Amino acid sequence: MAEQMATIYVMGKAYEVPSDLTIMKAMEYAGYRFLRGCGCRGAFCGACGTVYRTQDDYRLKVGLACQEMVQDDMYLSEIPFFPGNKANYDVEDLKPKAEAVLAHYPEVYRCLACNTCTKACPQDIEVMEYIQAALRGDIAKAADLSFDCLMCGLCAARCPAEIVQYNVALLCRRLYSRHIAPEAKHLEARVKEVRDGKFDKEIASLKAMDQREIAKLYDARDIEPGD
Amino acid sequence: MKIPYYPGCTLHERALDFDVSARECAKAVGVELEELPIWTCCGAVFPLVSDSVMEILAPVRNLSYAAREGDKVVTLCSFCYHVLKRANKVVRDDPEKMEKANLFLRADTDAREEIESYTKEDYEGQVDVLHYLEMLRDVVGYDEVKKKLRRTLDGLRVAPYYGCMLLRPKKEMEFDDPEQPSIFEEFLETLGCDVVDFAMKTECCGGFQIVADEDLAVQCSRNVVGSALKNDAEIIVTTCPLCRYNLDKKQHEMEKSVRGFKKIPVVYFTQLLGIALGIGGEHIDFSDNYVDPRPVLAEKSLL
Repeated sequence: MAEQMATIYVMGKAYEVPSDLTIMKAMEYAGYRFLRGCGCRGAFCGACGTVYRTQDDYRLKVGLACQEMVQDDMYLSEIPFFPGNKANYDVEDLKPKAEAVLAHYPEVYRCLACNTCTKACPQDIEVMEYIQAALRGDIAKAADLSFDCLMCGLCAARCPAEIVQYNVALLCRRLYSRHIAPEAKHLEARVKEVRDGKFDKEIASLKAMDQREIAKLYDARDIEPGD
Repeated sequence: MKIPYYPGCTLHERALDFDVSARECAKAVGVELEELPIWTCCGAVFPLVSDSVMEILAPVRNLSYAAREGDKVVTLCSFCYHVLKRANKVVRDDPEKMEKANLFLRADTDAREEIESYTKEDYEGQVDVLHYLEMLRDVVGYDEVKKKLRRTLDGLRVAPYYGCMLLRPKKEMEFDDPEQPSIFEEFLETLGCDVVDFAMKTECCGGFQIVADEDLAVQCSRNVVGSALKNDAEIIVTTCPLCRYNLDKKQHEMEKSVRGFKKIPVVYFTQLLGIALGIGGEHIDFSDNYVDPRPVLAEKSLL
């Protein structure tokens, strides 16, 4: 069976590409070589945010180039980097309150609740909801709602209030994990054990081994302890 | 009786004393205020431009959230009430704007069909926006409130401060007579207070001008406070976190500029209601007040 081809327009130029490729693979098929705008290829890093339009639809659509499949007559452009305002702060000095967010990102006050950011999110995050939660000081909710953010920047690119949503979200997650989330008791206990030198002897013996000995030890490890 | 409740951003954090007292009082008079599962800022100011829809999207979307919970929504903050009520009227009176606003809301849904939280139905003004005072008067009934009281606030000289957001513009707010309002006075009489009438009760406290021009705002709030004092009020009662801020916290500035200035506490109406309903402890919290109302309340044996 002959390969199905699609015509895509990358930054305005037409290319014939196989129709079963992702945008990223189709661009590589067309001859692009990615130095930027490509990272993990697995929808985790947020480096390949892409905007596109299809025929007969006025709306701008978004996707990650490594995930989104090409369509015939797709007009697209990758936005590998977005220049966003980022505040400097020491999270230790802040309280998990609205003031912390608004002091560093006062433009959050400008949110019109138009929801354009939410529509621009390739991760299907409720972006406007988390900005609004941050605005009223519900830091835990903002951290929770924004958890899947890859920081691709497409929300900020579309915001009429010029909010850099993903950096606000990052601040909220930091405030949450430093000041709201319960302390991990087992982690504290383990850090104490490390400091008290519980593993010093074992580390020293590992350091003294050659590569073959370490490999042998590694192969013989308990993969599922308790079995 | 359950009634959907829109707290608004200020009551979520900065005016928790207002929110907590209101929820507790509602319980005591037989109403469960159910906070909307999702809500955003009301918009904070009602837009004065008449040819744009974007600025009313926030209140209209909040009303559409409320429509899924019931046929009315209660709010407390004067600004939230003002913006939600006027936006509701735009939707009810202007079919073209209603259609445009719904186009935006439908686009929310189209973009995210899998997210259940988005509204599936158009918003056509089906929700009534109620102020908490209206809820007490029209849904619960002042007589019923009176039956639930544990004590009356006899002899407490209270000045009811309306401010401007509840009353004006009259045709859009449809709240009370902007020149001779009575809902607040009737409420305070229900509690047994000695209601103090004063000339500046519907004048502006300075509002958001406190940010842009502090002197101007303090001048406005000084006029209000002075007018209440001149009529021998012992306490001023308000429905608005911004009025509370300007009238209470800015007495610090008034002290500096007026010789012999006498301070007067400013509290939320739900805090007095709470005292009358016998609610105490952490639910009636005066720790955020600049002028402590406890001495005057203690003097009347109300604490």
